[in-house]
Amino acid sequence: MSEFNRGRRTVPGADTLGSSWWWDRIAQGVVFLGGISAIVFIVAIFIFVAQQGLGFAIFELDKGVFLTSPEWRPTTEPEPVFGGLALIVGTASVTGLAMLVAVPFSLGAAIFIGEFATGRAREYLKVLVELLAAIPSVVWGFIGLTVVNPLIIDLFNVPVGLTILNAGVILGLMAAPIMTTIAEDALKAVPDSYREAAEALGATRWQVIRQVVLPSAKNGLVAAILLGVGRGFGETMAVLMASGHSVNLPTSPFDSVRALTATIAAELGETARGSEHYKALFSIGILLFLVTFTINLLADVAVRGRRKRR
Amino acid sequence: MVETPLLERPKKLTVENLSILYGDQVALNDISLDIRENEIFGIIGPANSGKTSFLRAINRMDEMSDDMLVRGKVALDGCDVRSWRNVYALRSRIGVVFPLPVGLPLTIYENVALSPRLRGVRNKVELDEIVERCLSRAALWDEVKDRLDSLGSLLSGGQQQRLTIARALSQEPDVLLLDEFSIAVDPVTTMRIEDVLKELREEMTIVLVTNLVQQARRLADRTAFFLGGELVEVGMTEDLFRRQVKDQRTTDYLEGRFG
Ligand SMILES: Nc1ncnc2c1ncn2[C@@H]1O[C@H](COP(=O)(O)OP(=O)(O)OP(=O)(O)O)[C@@H](O)[C@H]1O
Ligand SMILES: [Mg+2]
Repeated sequence: MSEFNRGRRTVPGADTLGSSWWWDRIAQGVVFLGGISAIVFIVAIFIFVAQQGLGFAIFELDKGVFLTSPEWRPTTEPEPVFGGLALIVGTASVTGLAMLVAVPFSLGAAIFIGEFATGRAREYLKVLVELLAAIPSVVWGFIGLTVVNPLIIDLFNVPVGLTILNAGVILGLMAAPIMTTIAEDALKAVPDSYREAAEALGATRWQVIRQVVLPSAKNGLVAAILLGVGRGFGETMAVLMASGHSVNLPTSPFDSVRALTATIAAELGETARGSEHYKALFSIGILLFLVTFTINLLADVAVRGRRKRR
Repeated sequence: MVETPLLERPKKLTVENLSILYGDQVALNDISLDIRENEIFGIIGPANSGKTSFLRAINRMDEMSDDMLVRGKVALDGCDVRSWRNVYALRSRIGVVFPLPVGLPLTIYENVALSPRLRGVRNKVELDEIVERCLSRAALWDEVKDRLDSLGSLLSGGQQQRLTIARALSQEPDVLLLDEFSIAVDPVTTMRIEDVLKELREEMTIVLVTNLVQQARRLADRTAFFLGGELVEVGMTEDLFRRQVKDQRTTDYLEGRFG
């Protein structure tokens, strides 16, 4: 009994704040600051963009013209025309083609890495894919200019190779690695017991993948594709270099186009701060922001859906 | 056919000099036995005695993991399972129920319809009929008939295990392998499944791995006792439980005096 009481009076650690306690506190603080500052930066950027362009976008910009006119003549005096249709179609067509390229590539690669490759081969492939993802976009643009461009001219016998086709292929190759990585994560999250149970039923490898693995990884795969789309929308440098950068409503993949992002990148440096042109470019920025925000939100919802079902 | 005395029936599974290794660790050492048609063959033994490994060798599940090595021979209907060129056809003749229920991430209906679909049944009426029959035989139909389209993983543990049994039955297997199926199932459900198994014996051969000695006693025609990868003894279940055993270790295990 007395043992017990003595024990109680000196419970170790009850009110001594040891070094591990302090480290815990410090770590919490650092993590908190990191998290908060990320949020602060994002909010600050958003406020900045909104401040520069939102008023103009809402009150001055003629939305009818912006959404329906293909005329982007921001510097014509005295009446500049801010028609965004050609730019929107340019971005959409390049991104669309990029997805046609990237989705089969990345899903195929993810299925191969996740389901078929084993041991060493698998590790090497994963590292390779991550390396590909790290190639800077200007390098991809360079490849578009110097490799894909002459290739298209030769193959299809057309005068210019800096077209939707070029930019789409480049963008597709560029988005594929990151999509592969995310899709592979989604496949890896499918428990092996599912595969084993399906194989025990007599399913072939492909049947297992088709009937069990892909359906249960569906949300993650959708998220991978959506993030790829977001990447395509937001990409600037490679598209600027490979698309031909001419304002044009395209009628075929062999037409040059100009993307929303590339327009901002190319023109912002030459506008007077606060001018209509400057604000119009920020309006484009807001549009891009809204689109990518929506896409990321959808991707997030898709991933969440996956978690909830478990 | 069921009237035929057990040991005069044809051999369904023949196991000769079967050894299983993981790396250099021996999980099963030189086992030979045979399992007759329409018999419930019980396998008992403490943890790590190689029971699961034994089951995995029968339908060549070892081919799914690189580190599992199988030596010796397992034959189904006298035909070495290694010689089946189409391993998927082999596996579709052998139903497996794992210790913990694996509800595939599909609806209840789809879980049961998957295997018939894989073998090419497309007709909806026929599928409906198979699903109802298998779920009924697994004693689950009444509980789920109104929610066939909800996810299998939302069922209770015991229901999920019956779902996996229904799924195994949907293969119309010759052989049913059960690995400690009652580990996550309540006693009442266990009894219901045991009744189902007794009926299924009329149609198929069942290999029942169990850690419940009394379950083997209730169900198995013959029982094998595995210990540390050795087959200590195999005999008629009644004989073993009447202590007509050849090896003292069997008695010790049956009486719970072990380890
Ligand atoms: N994938 C594996 N890799 C390496 N060793 C394994 C593997 N699976 C099983 N073993 C080993 O093989 C031996 C037999 O295992 P097994 O699973 O067949 O036993 P068991 O009789 O089914 O046991 P339990 O009653 O616990 O299920 C054990 O020593 C185990 O550690
Ligand atoms: Mg086991």
